[in-house]
Order: sequence, then C-alpha cells, then structure tokens
Amino acid sequence: MEFLRPATWPEALAVKAAHPDAVPLAGGTDLMVEINFDRRRPERLLDLSRVPELRAWGPADRAVRLGACVPYRTVIDRLGAELPALALAARTVGSPQIRNRATVAGNLGTASPAGDAHPALLAAGARVEVASVRGTRAIPVEEFYTGPKRNALAPDELIHSVLVDRATGPQQFAKAGTRNAMVIAVCAVAVALRPEERAVRTGVGSAAPTPIRATEAEEFLAGVLAEGDHWTTGRPPPPAAARRFAELTAAACAPIDDVRGSADYRRHAVRVLARRTLDWAWRAQARPEGAPECV
Amino acid sequence: MGVVPPPSGLTQRGDTAPQATGGIGESTQRPDGVLKVTGEFAYASDLWHQDMLWGHTLRSPHAHAEIRSVDIAEALAVPGVHAVLTHRDLPAATHYGLEFTDQPVLAVDRVRYQGEAVALVAADHPETARRAAARIRVDYVELPVVHDEASATAPGAPVLHPDRTDHHAAHVPHPNVVHRQPVISGDVAAAAPTAEVVVRGEYTVGTQDQAFLGPESGLAVPAEDGGVDLYVATQWLHVDQRQLAPVLGLPPELVRLTLGGVGGAFGAREDLSMQAHACLLALRTGRPVKMVYNREESFFGHVHRHPARLAYEHGATRDGRLVYVKGRIVLDGGAYASSSAAVVGNAASLGVGPYRVPHTHLEAIALYTNNPPCGAMRGFGAVQACFAYEAQLDKLAAALAMDPVELRQRNALCQGDTMPTGQPVDSPAPVAELLRLVRERPLPPERPWEVPAAGGADGQVGVDLRELPGGLANTSHGEGIVRGVGYGVGIKNVGFSEGFDDYSTARVRLAVVAGEPRVTVHTAMAEVGQGGVTVHAQIARTELGVSQVNILPADTRVGSAGSTSASRQTYMTGGAVRNTCLAVRAEALRLGRRRLGAGQPGWDEPGLRLVDGKVVTRDGAVLAGLAEVLGDEAIDLELEFRHRPTQPFDRETGQGFGHVQYSFCAHRAVVDVDVELGLVKVVELAAAQDVGRAINPRAVLGQIHGGSTQGLGLAVLEEILVGPDGTIRNPSFTDYLIPTILDVPPMPVDVLELADEHAPYGLRGVGEAPTLSATPAIVAAIRQATGLELPRVPVRPEHLTGT
Amino acid sequence: MRVNLTVNGRPLTADDVWEGESLLYVLRERLGLPGAKNACEQGECGSCTVRLDGDLVCACLVAAGQAEGAEIRTVEGLAEADGRLAPIQAAFVETGAVQCGFCTPGLLLAAEDLLARVPRPADADIREALSGNLCRCTGYEAVLDAVRLAAARAAGAPDPAGAGPTPERRP
Repeated sequence: MEFLRPATWPEALAVKAAHPDAVPLAGGTDLMVEINFDRRRPERLLDLSRVPELRAWGPADRAVRLGACVPYRTVIDRLGAELPALALAARTVGSPQIRNRATVAGNLGTASPAGDAHPALLAAGARVEVASVRGTRAIPVEEFYTGPKRNALAPDELIHSVLVDRATGPQQFAKAGTRNAMVIAVCAVAVALRPEERAVRTGVGSAAPTPIRATEAEEFLAGVLAEGDHWTTGRPPPPAAARRFAELTAAACAPIDDVRGSADYRRHAVRVLARRTLDWAWRAQARPEGAPECV
Repeated sequence: MGVVPPPSGLTQRGDTAPQATGGIGESTQRPDGVLKVTGEFAYASDLWHQDMLWGHTLRSPHAHAEIRSVDIAEALAVPGVHAVLTHRDLPAATHYGLEFTDQPVLAVDRVRYQGEAVALVAADHPETARRAAARIRVDYVELPVVHDEASATAPGAPVLHPDRTDHHAAHVPHPNVVHRQPVISGDVAAAAPTAEVVVRGEYTVGTQDQAFLGPESGLAVPAEDGGVDLYVATQWLHVDQRQLAPVLGLPPELVRLTLGGVGGAFGAREDLSMQAHACLLALRTGRPVKMVYNREESFFGHVHRHPARLAYEHGATRDGRLVYVKGRIVLDGGAYASSSAAVVGNAASLGVGPYRVPHTHLEAIALYTNNPPCGAMRGFGAVQACFAYEAQLDKLAAALAMDPVELRQRNALCQGDTMPTGQPVDSPAPVAELLRLVRERPLPPERPWEVPAAGGADGQVGVDLRELPGGLANTSHGEGIVRGVGYGVGIKNVGFSEGFDDYSTARVRLAVVAGEPRVTVHTAMAEVGQGGVTVHAQIARTELGVSQVNILPADTRVGSAGSTSASRQTYMTGGAVRNTCLAVRAEALRLGRRRLGAGQPGWDEPGLRLVDGKVVTRDGAVLAGLAEVLGDEAIDLELEFRHRPTQPFDRETGQGFGHVQYSFCAHRAVVDVDVELGLVKVVELAAAQDVGRAINPRAVLGQIHGGSTQGLGLAVLEEILVGPDGTIRNPSFTDYLIPTILDVPPMPVDVLELADEHAPYGLRGVGEAPTLSATPAIVAAIRQATGLELPRVPVRPEHLTGT
Repeated sequence: MRVNLTVNGRPLTADDVWEGESLLYVLRERLGLPGAKNACEQGECGSCTVRLDGDLVCACLVAAGQAEGAEIRTVEGLAEADGRLAPIQAAFVETGAVQCGFCTPGLLLAAEDLLARVPRPADADIREALSGNLCRCTGYEAVLDAVRLAAARAAGAPDPAGAGPTPERRP
C-alpha cells in the first residue's frame, strides 16, 4: 500500500490522474473502518487532509462553500443559521469524536443511502464541485447519487467542495434510529421551505437505493400552499394536505428490509417524519418567533 | 522495551479519613483505580514482547459444512509467516469444553457454526497474518442447517454430535437436546380446575451479547522448561489451565497462567477463546505470540446469552393467589455445549420467579443447533425466565383487574417458603419489601423535554431534544409521546449449583516490613472490573487490623478461585480471604501467646482482635504491636473455602437442594414512548436490592447500575440477529447497539442489608440480579404506554408500530 | 513508512509503519503507549479517544500517515509530571466511575474536553458530550458523578451529592 500526501490541490489532481485507483482519504471515518476490518485493501491512499484549500469554508453567491475536508463540527458550530437542516443532520452524525473528523464530502464520496448529510443537501439544494486535471464541474446533488454506494465521480475526479444553498426559510431534519445517539439512520427526512420561490423541497435518506427527493410531494404541497394563499396568510396547510404530503413522501421511497429496520417501518417512519418536519418548519415560517426552540 | 507485564501487585493503604479503616462496609477506592485512569494498567491486549509474533485465526464462513481439505501451502510461503496450523498439527487432545469436551480446538472434518476456528497463522505483523490466512484454501461442502427446535428434532435432522459421551446424553429425548430438566411440585393437573383465572403467553428472548469492551486477547510465551506462560484476560484461570494442558500435551504445572488486565467479562470469558491457539502457536514457533480479536471476530469468538422461547400458563384464584404455573423453556445452545446444561438447570429451577407457587410443572431444555454457541452471560438462564414470568404476572393482574405490584406482593416469596424444587428459602427473601421500595419512590416529572425558552416570552416553552425519544435525531418535539410505568422483580442463584464442588483458595501472608506489619493477599480470582481486589484488601484490613495490603497478581501458582461469575466472587473468594485471614490471625495470636503471653493474662482472654497493627483485647486494651509479635517471622497460609454443599436436581422432578443462595432485585421503569415512531426513552429506572451486607457500598451501586443497564439493553436495543442459515448479520458495534449515556436514565437505588447467616459477613451476591428485572420492568412500562402485548425482547420500533 | 509525531509533548518517531495502520496501532504497538484502547476499531465506542492537534478524535480512524507532524494527547499525558492526578482522573477514581476501566481513557479525554468548553455542564450536556464513549460496566451513573464532581471542584463549589461514600438511600 502506498500513502500519498499531496500538499496542494493541483498536486492532488495530478496524483489522482496518474493513479485513478488511489482512494481519497479525509476524515477516515468510513475508509479506515474498511481497512481495519480487512474489507478493502487499496493500492494507494490519497490523503487530502494536507491540502489547505479543502479545509476552507465561506460564502459563495447564494450558497455556502464547504471544502471537502471541513468537518461536521464546523457545520454545527458555525453554520447553523445559514444551513439549518445540514447543521441538524450534522449533530446526528456518529459521536462528537466522529463529527470532529467526518465531512460532508466524505458522505458524498461514500454515497451510502444512509449518509446523514444527504437529505439535508437535497432539501436545501446543493451542488458538488468536482475536479480533475481535465477541469472542474458542478454536479447537482440530485444527480450525484447514481446507486447504492455509487456516485457520479469519474475515476480521475476528486470532490473539491460542496455548495449548499443558504436557507431562505425554515428547514428541518429528522432521523429515525433505534438508539438515542451514535446510530445509523433507519431513515431520515429533511424539509426546506423556500418562501421567495413559494417552494417546498424534501430529502429522504435510507429509504431507497439512493437518497431521494420526493418531488411529487413537493409539487403537491406547493400547489396547496399557493392555492390557499398560505404563504401570505401564514395559515398552516390543511391537515388533510399535510397528511397527503407525508403519504406522497413515503410513496417516493423504495426501502428494503435489513438489520436496521424493515421496509414497512421505513415507509411508515418517513410518513411520520415528513408530517412532523413540515409542521415544525411551517410553524417557524408562519410565526418565526413562535416556533419552539430546540436545545 | 521488554515484556509489558500485567500489574506487579496492587499496594494500597487504608483511607486516611477519620474513623475510616479501609475495612468492610466502607466505599474504599479501587487499588487499581489510579493505574486505570493514567493508562498504566496493562490489559491483556496491551502486552508486548520484544520478539513476539501475531496470531490470527481463520474461521468458517459457513454455519454447517463438511471440510474436504485444507491447503496451507500458499499461506506458509508468505514472507513473514512463521507457522500455519490445522487440526493435523495438534499435539494431543483435539477437543475441549467447560462441561462437555465437545468443541474442537481446530475444526477436523466438519464445522458446526459460522466463525468456528479452522486454522491458525503466526506472523510478524497482523497484516501479514491476515494476508496469509486469506491464502489458506479450505474446501467446504455445505450441509443443511438446524436452527430451532423444530428443525433440530425433526425426523432425519442432522445430528450435531452423533457420538456423545457426556453424562446427560443417555437422558435426553433427542441427541440434539443438550440437557432437559423438569421441575415438578404439587399436582398441577389436580389443582388446575381450582384456578378461577388462567393466563397464557408465549415469549421470545433474542440473542444478547456480553459486549465487553476489551476484546479477547492474550500473550503466550514459550518457556525454557518446555512449558508455556500465558497472560490472558479470562474469568477463571484454573478452568482454562485444566482445558489447556491436555490440548497442549503438557502437565498442568507447565501451563502457567497469569491474569492480564480484563476489560469486562459478563460471562463471555468463561469459555476458552484464543488461549489454546496462542499457546499452540507459541510452542510451535518458539516465539511469544500475541492474539487480539477485533470487534467483529469477538462476536464469533465467545458464547452469547441463550436466545429462548418460553410458553407459560398461570392459574390463580379470583383474589389473586397463584394456584399453579405450567411452563416450557427452550434455550438455543448453538453448536457446542459450553455451560448450556447449567443454564437449563437455572432456567428450570428459577422458572416461576420469586413467588410462592403451590403447584408447578416446568420443563427447560437446551438445543444443539448450527446457531452461534451460547453459554454464560450475567443472569445465566434466569434472565430469559424472568422476562416471561413477569410478563405473565402483568397479564394476570390485568385479567384480575388488580394492581400488578399488589399481585406480586400477594404471592411474594418469603423466608421460610419452599421453592418448586423443594428447597427451603432459609435466609431473608424481602421480595414484597423491594417492590414497595421502588413503588414508593416519587415519579419523575412528566414532559421533561419542556424547558423555558431562552429569551422567549413568558410561559413560552422550548424543547430539549435530549430528553425525548430519538434525542438529537430530532424525531419529536412532544408529538406522539405517551408515558408508561412498569415493574419487575426477579430471583437469581448465587454461586455454582447442583452439587458442583465450588470452592475458592486464598493465600495470605502477614509479615513485618520496615517495622510495619503488611499483608499480602494472593488469589487466582479474575478481577474483571467488579472490584474483587478492592474487597479483598478491605477484608484483610478488617480481619488483620493492618492498613497496608498488597494484592498479588492472579495466577495459577495459587489454588483455584473458581470463576468470576454467578455473582459468587465476593462470597467465595472474599470468603476464602476472610477464612485464611482468620487462620492467620489465630496463628499470630498463638505466636504472641507463646512469645509474650507468659505472665500476661490478657493473652488468654477470648475474643482477642487485631486492630491498627496491634493485638487488643475485647475491651480495647493493647497487648502488643504486631511487629513485636511477629519479629522476623512471617505467617503464610493458603486455604480453601467452600460454601455449603448443594445437590443435583432430580432428573424427573427437579427436586433437590440445588442452590447455595438466592438474590433478589426489583425495578420500576418509567418510559416515554413515541407511539407513532415506536421509539422509546427510558426516563428513570429505579432499583431495590437486598445485598445482605454491602462490603463496599459504592461497588454495590456500580453492580446494580451496570446490571440494570444491560437489562435495559436487552429490553430495547441489543440483539445478535442470526439468519435462517445460521449466520450473524450484525457482528459490529455499528449494528449491535449497546446503550450510550444518552440511552441510560437516572437510576436511583435502594439497598437492603438483611444478613444471610450462611454467608460470610451475611453478604449476598450482587452482580446478576439487577440484570434480570430491569428488562421486564421496562417492557411492562412500554406495554402500559402502548397497550400492546409485546411478547418479545428486544422491543423494536416495528413491534410498536405494527410494521 | 516513517511517521514523526509529538505525543504528550514528546517528539517520537515510528519506523516501518504499514500504510494501512491506524494512529491507534502506532501508539499502542510501536510507541509503547497502550493507554488508548482497542475496543471496536470502528469509531463506535470512543475507547481510543485521543486529541489530535487539539481535536477529540477516535485514533482508530486516523491513518498513521495523517498523524505525521501532529500533536497528540493521550491518557498517559493527563497527570502532572510529578504523578499527581488531574482533577478529572481523581474524580473518576473517587466516584467509582472506573470498573473494568477499558472505556476510562477515552471517557477522561472526552470529559476533559467538555469541561474545558463548558465548565459547569448540566447533566444533559454531560450526556451529549460523552455519548460517543460506550461503557459496559457502570451504567454511566458514576461517570456522571465524576464529571459533576470535577466541575464542582474546579468552580470551588462543595462536592455534589452522589460523590459521597454511601448510596443515596438505605432504608
């Protein structure tokens, strides 16, 4: 095994071009488990933690740019106001120790349907900026997931950063798991309200081969909200419509039975969580000062 | 750096606080505490030797298969590999086992469970060993799997051990039944018609793992005399030695074991894991060999708690008196016997719980299957039964429209009652009192997640997610939450039962060093975290009146201490230390009388004691200092201690004086359940336990808290999921979930100290009882919140949501 | 490969490191510092918790090469040079927060990190901060006692209830 430590981004891209089999390593919270348990023996490890620009984060137009090596801890501590769903999701990632190392880009690189960041990225709106010696491209996050643990990266490409749209309205994230901490999602739901576009966006994790948006549910609810003039009046959507939204979100899923939960439970829990997260988000939207504060 | 040795002995002075002597009844600190908080305490996995090799085990991927051939040539050719062993390389005995010698050291022509050891590698680095093991070619032909009672006893079912020679073999209904134990008292058939209310239930207990944190590990060092020195994390050095010597083809005195630091045990270290393998590799290579399992291997490397199916029928009068209990308990022992037969004995003899039952008809069996082998885990057969009989009591209370605590108290066992085995309960059994204590505690506040909103208007309420089911996963802000309260009480035996010659040995030396009397205590007791070393020092101080006590490392140079299991070590090795100390004291007094007694009538008084390094009379007069009494002479005695004898249970009726002592604990659980999502938060778990005498009150609390938490894990989290093909689907801490600090609630404890006159200091074994009743109390609370029957643990969100 | 790092203030070098090794393996097997523990090696138990350039991390998930040039703090570095225990260490011993002790090094590092950030944490804060550290022996009650005690002492407050030598109620 070879341990490659590029000091700059161009150097990292050159190494990846020369050795497409080199496996990128940042927080190590997925890859090192595979190495420790002899599930994976890459020829080359490509340690990105020494590339300074990957540790940077900051505003980029209407988005926040998160370098590939920015840990979840930073999202929690610094970005709760701008990226509320992602910050909520970040707080449920592993343990404090894991959150000090694990990264959003790492979730994307692994592309497990259970990655905690995905529903939040999908709901908030995000693009994955990937690069190779051939150039740079931004992939909408919806198109980034191509299958269970598969993503849209070409063999010579690396994730440079993630551009997550700054919240323009309330966002929520909820994750069902059987333990009260350190648990992999049985399923997870994120909801984002975009009052300026009068749109609702969703993200669902661990309930299909890839993380998904429930677009039919989004469109249905946007229609209800527009029709009833809810954005102006602040009135909550009628209970039947909220129920329908939750049903449609669950219907978008294609879950499986596994050791963490049954497919039926996943569908059920997505429905419950979609309903609840919509409710919380809408209450904050309608009466920002009236929403319960969460510790 | 040479050998990183296990602790070279723990020296501790008694506390210096006024009145404190560091003796029994005080919460003295652990003598190994400082080493453990500084990182200096050497656990078995920390040991290191200059020229050591790493051992690695190749395990079967199949639950049941014939082995056609094993080809090690390629593995041997890997640079850095020093040895590759298969069953062909075994020098002597090929099988081992705690009760039955049925488990191959390395598989011969058949594997019976997934993870069974097939071959061993010793290499210069763990990665070299792994790469070499991957090059061993094993030709398996898969065989049909038996995985439950129906498949194990079906006509034509594969027989796992066709040539059984064990003492139960001739008495079992099917060769795939390890052991069967009925318990029959009174006349159920005649009494049943007099029962006015009858409830029935079928219950299931999933496979729980001990999940100690320190993985199986040890270092075997070949010795110049042809023997081997093994430093190992185990629960019972001498039973390891007894099993190892025949396998290594060595006399026992050449198989020397020393306890390495042990990172928890809970039953999982009672059987051999890496011991024989490391010794075989060390003897073959002539080099020290270290073996350390990783977490995944650990799930295959030790026995688990028996999963069980239990069917019960309880009959009672309209006013809530139990008339009869019928029950059948089927425990899955997996591929090898381990301690299954004893687990059967416990499940059967404790199967009606801490209740007075005039008529009983119980049967417990353990099966051989191709599932993971099961054996000892904290609670040992009593846990499974307790979940079922407590569920039955709640069901009966509902049928009678009676308060469940009142029903339990009405039928509670008392001193003077008789167990269904015919054994009289001849020491305190405060079952009703323990229930009263947990019930009378104030209930924790409702809606604990509601907190004043920071900066909000008056009366505005915020949400502390950490107080809600789901916690920081943000699944509820109060929606769907229903509170429930439930109770449980259990009965556990202490010590080894059924006529086993259970003893412990202690060597105690009293000498004067640099003018000061010092005591050295040497036992083979495995300190696995429970605090036995603390207690031994306390006992020595109390009995010998000496502050400075040195606890020697546990090893096989001293006689057996028996196992650190069955809640027995404070009773047994504590008893042995006390017993030897008393003999040492008598010897010291004899010496004093001889040397100084002439003309001093005080020496002839009865009741002389050793206090604060001096010989004192009953009324406190000092006769002499110990330094003066002993001079250069050391008193050094090694004695065995036995509890009162027990008897085997009758094979057909289960009658017999089978148990040494009983231990009782009650719990009240308060839960908040998100009934829509099926998520549970245990809000409070109160316990009350009778400990006879709290030798170290803080350590007693630690046992009750720890045991309760493992019961909580079984109630709502912990299960090894085994597929119908016999394979484990979640061998990791990612998917086998033990409680975190956010899952465990405040656990207030009431401790009763009602002396058992048969036991040293009146003490009662503490460690296991709290593991029993926590589980049914929590599930009862969830039932109250949801109205569901919940006949299975762990309770999963699917069970609560009908998905 | 060679890895240079500073552990508890001492510059150290490990040679012949296999590239797949973790920082945990290097500390334990190459540098004679077995204080960080090997309980799960998958980031689920916190027994291997150390500080890496100040951050609390699981040493089992840090590739050895990633620790090149890093400052590491382990349990072996908590006590004073003269052997006096750090307040959090003393509190763990006194309250009975140590049983088998395998989780203790990681819990100490996590508790130290919490108290540096939040000197008087509420119980819920303690639970959240220690939620990445599994303990199988204590049920965490004594661990909570230890952190409360260390926090109270640092603030000059009297020892909180639960730090005493006897159970809270013995009828």
